[in-house]
Formats: sequence, C-alpha cells, structure tokens
Amino acid sequence: MIRLEKRPQPSRAWSMATPLVAVIATMIVGGLLFAALGKPPVEAIRTIFWEPLFGEFSFYYRPQLLVKGAPLVLIAIGLSLGFRAGIWNIGAEGQYIMGAIFGAGAGLAFYPSESFLIFPFMVLAGAFGGWIWAMIPAVLKTRFGTNEILVSLMLVYVAEQFLASVSLGLLKNPEGFGFPGSRNLQSWDAAHNAELIAGTGMHWGVVAALIAVIFAYVLLNRHMTGYHIRLTGEAPRAAKFAGVNPTRLVLFCLGTSGALAGLAGLFEVSGPSGQISIDFNVGYGFTAIIVAFLGRLHPVGILLAGGLMALTYIGGDIAQSNLQLPAAAIQVFQGMLLFFLLAFDLLTNFRIAIGKPEVA
Amino acid sequence: MDLSAINPVLLIASLMVAATPLLLAAIGELVVEKAGVLNLGVEGMMIVGAIAGFATAVESGSPFFGFIAAAIAGAALSILFAILTQFAQANQVASGLSLTLFGLGLSALMGQSYVGIKPPQMGDIHIPVLSDLPVVGPILFGHDIILYFGIALTAAVWWMLKYSRLGLVLRAVGENHDAAHALGYKVLKIRLLAIMFGGACAGLGGAYISLIRVPQWTEGMTAGIGWIALALVVFASWKPWRALLGAYLFGGVTVVQLNLQAAGVAIPVEYLAMSPYLITIIVLVILSADKSSAPASLGRNFHASR
Amino acid sequence: MKLTNLLTSAAVALGLAAGAAMADTTKVGFVYVGPVGDGGWTYEHDQGRKAVEAEFGDQVETVYVENVAEGPDAERVMTQMALEGADLIFTTSFGYMDPTINVAKKFPNVKFEHATGYKRADNVSTYSARFYEGRAVQGTIAGHMTESNIIGYIGSYPIPEVIRGINSAYLHAKKVNPDVQFKIVWAFTWFDPAKEADAAKVLIEQGADVILQHTDSTAPQAAAQAAGNVITFGQASDMSEYAPKPRVSSIIDDWAPYYIARTKAVIDGTWESVDTWDGIGAGMVGIGEISDVVPADVKAAALAIKDAQANGTYHAFTGPINKQDGSAWLAEGETADDGTLAGMNFYVEGIEGDIPQ
Repeated sequence: MIRLEKRPQPSRAWSMATPLVAVIATMIVGGLLFAALGKPPVEAIRTIFWEPLFGEFSFYYRPQLLVKGAPLVLIAIGLSLGFRAGIWNIGAEGQYIMGAIFGAGAGLAFYPSESFLIFPFMVLAGAFGGWIWAMIPAVLKTRFGTNEILVSLMLVYVAEQFLASVSLGLLKNPEGFGFPGSRNLQSWDAAHNAELIAGTGMHWGVVAALIAVIFAYVLLNRHMTGYHIRLTGEAPRAAKFAGVNPTRLVLFCLGTSGALAGLAGLFEVSGPSGQISIDFNVGYGFTAIIVAFLGRLHPVGILLAGGLMALTYIGGDIAQSNLQLPAAAIQVFQGMLLFFLLAFDLLTNFRIAIGKPEVA
Repeated sequence: MDLSAINPVLLIASLMVAATPLLLAAIGELVVEKAGVLNLGVEGMMIVGAIAGFATAVESGSPFFGFIAAAIAGAALSILFAILTQFAQANQVASGLSLTLFGLGLSALMGQSYVGIKPPQMGDIHIPVLSDLPVVGPILFGHDIILYFGIALTAAVWWMLKYSRLGLVLRAVGENHDAAHALGYKVLKIRLLAIMFGGACAGLGGAYISLIRVPQWTEGMTAGIGWIALALVVFASWKPWRALLGAYLFGGVTVVQLNLQAAGVAIPVEYLAMSPYLITIIVLVILSADKSSAPASLGRNFHASR
Repeated sequence: MKLTNLLTSAAVALGLAAGAAMADTTKVGFVYVGPVGDGGWTYEHDQGRKAVEAEFGDQVETVYVENVAEGPDAERVMTQMALEGADLIFTTSFGYMDPTINVAKKFPNVKFEHATGYKRADNVSTYSARFYEGRAVQGTIAGHMTESNIIGYIGSYPIPEVIRGINSAYLHAKKVNPDVQFKIVWAFTWFDPAKEADAAKVLIEQGADVILQHTDSTAPQAAAQAAGNVITFGQASDMSEYAPKPRVSSIIDDWAPYYIARTKAVIDGTWESVDTWDGIGAGMVGIGEISDVVPADVKAAALAIKDAQANGTYHAFTGPINKQDGSAWLAEGETADDGTLAGMNFYVEGIEGDIPQ
C-alpha cells in the first residue's frame, strides 16, 4: 500500500531536487517520444538543453535566452502577486498588447524628433497602457463584484482586434506602401530600446525584469502590502480581521501586474520586435501564467522558470531545424516537462510511505 | 445598408450550430467546477477530441464512432490532469494550462496524415412534416443529432445537479471537501469522475467543430473556443441553463456581426469583431448583481491526511 | 576580441568554412509562419521545399522551422540557420521583412529570399505571386455563374494583397455581368475555420450563390456544399476534394518552380538580388481544373482570360477604371503600374462599403 503523508514542513532538499528529477524524467520520456518519431533521442535532448547554453553557437543563443526570458519573467512577477492573494488576472496578454500600442503610439506621435525624453515617455505610456487595461477588470470587480478572470480574458480578444485595427490604420507606417504595421522603432534612435551592451541581449526589458524580481522579493518579505497579499491568499478571513482593505488590494495587484505586462510589451515593441503589427503578440501573457506557477509564485523561482521556458523554446527551434523534429513534438515535450515539474513538486510537501497508515 | 437581407430564421438556426461546441465544452467544465476543480485545459481536450473524432470518423466511415472516440480521447487526456491535481496535488491552474499546451502539440502529431481530407458527413435529421414548417421548422427540427444531444445534456446536468443524490454529493464536494470527506464521501473518486465527464464533453465539442461545423482537420483549429467555454461557465454562474443562454448569446453575437458586415452596416468592422467580447463583459457586469458565487472549494486541492 | 565583433567574425569564419567544406551540398532553409499541416499557405511553401529536394537530391539539404512567430523569434531562427551553414534562406511571411533584412546584414555570404515584402538588399531578394491574375479568372466564372447576382467574398485582413484580389474579381465579374454585387465580410483573422464557416453561411443566407475566399481553410467549401446551390473556388491549394461542386476551380500557390530556379542559381553561383512578381505565365499562380459544372462557353471565356494573362497580352487592371469615389484611376487602355498595385488600398468603382481602416 503506497500512501502520501503530508510533511510537517515542506522539504527544502526536495524543493531543490524536484526540478532536476523532473527534467531527467522528461528527458527519458521525451527521448522515447523522439525515438518513436524516428529521430535520434539523445541527440534531440542534447540539442534542446545543451546546444543553446554550451553548444558551438552559444555565444549567440545565450543572449537570446535573455531576450526570450525577460518578458516572461516581467509579466509572471506581476501575475504572481495577484495569484498569491487569489486575484486571477489571466489577461496579461491583452495588457501586454495595450502596453505596446500605448508606448509605441506615444513615441510615434513625436516622430521624427530625436529628443532623449522620448524613450522615457514611451516607457511611462507603455506601463500606463497595461495598467489601464488591467484597471477595467479591477474596477468592475471592486464596484460590481464582476469576476476578473472572465473580464481580463475577454479583454485579450478585444486588445487583439484593437492591435489589428491600429496596425492597419492609426499607426500604419506612412512610408510602408500601404502594408500593415507601424514604423520600425529599431531604426529610430530616440525610441529604440537597443542592447545596452551590444551582443549581450541585455536591453532595458531585461533590466526591468531583474528589478521586478528584486522589487517583488522585498515587497513580499519586508513590506506590509506583501504581508497583506500573503495573508489574503492563505487566510482570507484572518486578513479581514487584520484590517486588509480588499478593494485596495485588488486595485494594487491587478494594477501592478497590468503595468508590468504593459512594460514588457513596450520593451518588446521598441526593442527585439521593433514594430506594431497584426501578429505582434506571441502568447507571452499566457506562457507567463505557467512560468509564475512553475516558479511557485516565488520571485527567484519565477526567474529560474522563465529561463527554463526560454531554453526549451530556443532549443526546440534548433532541434526543429537541425533534426527536423516537428514543432508539435517540441510542444508535446514542453507539455511533458511542465507535467513532470508539477507532479514531482509533490515530493516537496509529501513523503511517500509504504505500509499501513499509522493510527493517529 | 440592407438589413432586409438578414433572414432572422436562418440566423437563429446558424447561431445554434455556432453555439453547440461551446455549449458542450462549457457544460462539461461546469460539472467539473461544481465538484470544486478548475480545469483550464479545455482547449487542449477539445482539440484532441477534434482530431481523435476526425481520424476515427475517416477510418471507420462513421461520424458516430468519431464522436464516441472523441469523448474517450477527451476523457483520457483529462485523466492526466486528474492524476496531476488529485493524486500528485499539483496546482490546478498550472496543470490545466500545461494540459492545453500538451493537447495542442499532441493533436498536431496525431493529425499529420489527416490534412486535406473530407470526413464522412453526418446528415441533419429530417422529420417529414415538422422540418418543413415555416420559421420553427429550420430552427427547431432541421439540425444534426449532436446539437440536440447538447441541449439534452444541459437538461440532464441541470436535473442531476438539482434533484439527484449524485448532484447533492457533487455539490457537497465542491463546497467543502473536508466536510464531505467527514461525511464519508469519496472526494477524490467523485472529482475524478467529474473531471473525466468534463474531458469527454470537451472532446465532443471539439469533434463537433472538426466533423460538423467546419468540417476538416487543421492544426490549432479550435482557435480559442475552449477559452470562451471556460469564460462561459463563470458567465453562467455555474447554472446549466444559463450556460446554454450564454453559448447562444456568444455564438449569436458572432453570427450577427458577420451578418451586419455582409449587409453593409456602416459600423467599422474591427468594432463589430470586438463586439462579442465586449457584450459578454457588459452582460457579466449586469449579472454580477446575482450573488450566487463560485463553489467554495474551487481550485483547492484535497488531501485526506488532515 | 570585442563581443560586438564576435558574431560577425564567427559568421564570416563560418561562411568561409562553409564555402570550403560544403562545396558539394547546398543547404537551403525555410522559415514558416504556420504549421506545415495548415493545408494552405505554409503547406504550399513546404510542397515547394519538397520539390527542391526532389529536383536536386543529394546536392541539397533542406531544413525548415514551422510556427515561427514574426519578430524576434523569426530573427533568431534565421540567424540560427545561417550559423548552421545555410546558403539560401526563404522567409515566407510578410512580417519577416525587417528580421530578414537585419539578419542579412550580419551574414553577407548567405542569400535570403523574402516572400511578399518590399525591402531588398544585395543578398536579399523578394518574391511574390500575382494572385490577382487568378482572381480575374475566378471573377469571370463567378459573374457568369451567379443567378442571384450576389457574390460573397471572405477577406482576412484589409491589406493590399486582399484588396487587389477583391478588385480584380469584381472588375471581371462586372465585365460579364453588369448587375453583379459583391458582399464582403472581413473575418479579421488569418486562421479560424469556425469563423470562416460562419462567414460563408452568413453570405449564403444573404443570397450569395458564389463564395470567393481569401482565407485558407476548406470551411467555406463545406458550408457551400451543405447549402446546395452555391459554388466556390479553392484557395492556396486545389481543394479538389470538394470538386466538381461546390468547388469549380481554384487558385493554387505554386512556389516549386521559383524555389528550384533560385536554388539552382545558388548552386551555379549566379544568384543575384531580384524582385520577382510572377503570375500565371511563370507558373507561380496555378489555376485548378475548371470542373464540368461550369458550362463550356464560360469555361472557354475563363481560359481565354487565363491564357491572355499568361502570354502577357492582357492585364487584369486595364483602363478605363475609376476608383470607388468616382475619381479616375486608369485611362482607356492604360494598365496599372506595379507600385500602385503593390500598395493598393482603395476599392474600384461599383464596390459598396468601406475598407476598414
């Protein structure tokens, strides 16, 4: 008889070891999948995990890990605050889009000025765009008790339509021969979120992600608001007695996550992506939800989880190209990795006991 | 502009078709959530149902077998979710999202050799006199059998939740799993069954898209319908008839906006395209006066050791 | 060595190494925006890739990455292919334009081919297909075949490519049937079969008995078949599984001849940066077999339009043509220049409704 026994305290050792165990398990099962598809399993696994970090061209892929991981971490940090307090913003994708539109729009209004104030102004506008989009579910929730999950999700689709609309109209590049999409901000120095040190992938979005990690860590561990967030999530009734103002908490959590998602969108549109286009968003807002939970809603965990997700994306693309693995196989592989990470997390909080339960 | 070009009878008939996959998936998820489990993997289960149903229908030549296979496939995938959340105590939100990612990939792998094939057709039921009646004929009596099944399922779930003992137990588990456990109900078993039911329904919804509504197989063809179904459950405040209403409303707004476009109504198209989502939000705000809230244990895991 | 120089020098070193070691095999990369199983746009590009493999056998090695999002992901995938020694890279979506230019700057020895864009460089060619020529054939058939005089058109997004197709189809339908009316529905999505099915049903319910589509799924075909007396045209691929009815003909994207020619140019060392915009004549736009549902005289008229465009004696946009607002665009006998066509953002006279802005 195999049973689960709850540990009196989460095991620190297992907490560190489970991700490794999960990755190894994924390698084994994933290898079997690749073999079943007629691809060399060891080579495939090596390509996904090793190639981007230590392979021949890692000088190029390592910076790309930062580029891919930064928006995920930035958004996930914001989401994790709300998730801890039981406030479910699943519309970060929409806030990401609106941040990009507001930020790029604010900049393009001054085209072709070369003022050094333009980029900071765009950053503010980007954060504002994400914030205001998140305020819609926040205000509806606090005023009318409307469920924020649904409203924030619906607003993603609205934002996507709006994105298409501005790509075809308001922000369309006047010199683009009628094609959709805005001017490319990469070729406009005042608005370009360039690499801070060339060749490192380090742009303002990466810096912002790192600052957000520290900010969240300090907030949760050293600050009253952080305490309120944790209390509300763990014991809502006690929070009420402790004088937590739920309205303010909702506004704070949704607002912060919206602003951070908006920032991620702005840094992306002004940097790696360069322009507003119909297909500007690539699902960072949804992937970040997974990243937040993989990181167990802990700032440092999120940082690591964001890096791991970025690694599988980049390694997956390399495996597609070098080994002709179908994209679908990579997706299944990623899904399995998540399953194993989640499943083995069990060992942190429970121990597996064999034999009959003791009578308490 | 020529509004007379819009035929309200045909409009209602086609919105019923547009709403059916949503309704099937939403009813399944509603039962899951009533049992206190939040499975965000609906999209993944739908798409796997879509390809499993399509492939089976093509191989066997029978759409009926296709639907059965879709339900089985959806339920099978949901067991994965159940293992993670009910036995391994993993976080439900993250597990559900992972399930969607996994399902999208798996369906694409399964469907590689089914691109560009026409599936066997499922005929509409044609009841001699009734189907030929004006107005009510096309609306009520001219559809395929799965559409009626969706409505019947809604009624059955409503009755089950409201009047049957099973419904009572299900709600008890969803409201307070510790108390239900203390009363001697098998919390995990009930939740497992609810999750499988949800998976089977999502699978059917997916197959409705690939076998009847579209019908073809292409990767990613559910295109977000699973997410809308999730939203619908909240919209319906966990009441089956309201899920039906919500599905028709949502399907309806989409069909109406396309109708208005075709009739040349001078509202900018992008705003029409946004309208289903905006209208859902507005209705939601109006309905939030209704304080019937989510099952109290929704999204929380249960372990019997305490 | 500075980090800045690392990438470029590595690339150069590789380029040299590639030149020496891979003299016998030419590596050709393809970057796809959708899955190869989409049955439409990406599927047809992948057919082109397979044709290259079949043509050259061991002389070439082809690689592809599917589902590549536009933006930084595309840039990374292209860089990765170039680093891994690709000699020629086809980037097959409009949104890959700026990433292609960026990567091409870093790898001067690698040749790039960008589909449907307008930015070129010494090592970047562009190519696109004159699908509007195929639309002229469709319009001719549609104008003859419609009995309700209502033709439904499902557009994806209002971009020049789609607008050009609508105009071309309309002009030629109008030419053979002055009473014809176009109902246009914008799906505002590239890909959503369920929505395409709804759009087709709506158009049919509003009286259309011919459906033209600029979206890639077969959903409108199935809707037309269910409705009965409606005809359609295959889009991107032949969609012959719906022939002979509702599908009476099709526009097929056939990239194979171009891909083979460009790969051959790289092998022979004769590759140059060019701007290719080919139509029916060069075989880039294929017209699927016109089925027997179409009467013989209509079929002959359609084939005449097709042949005249193929041998260059007829241009789909030949004046007199006015813009929608009634202002003159092309004078009698004048043909449209490629620049205006490429960025077309207006309807021609007679089409009702506004282009969404």
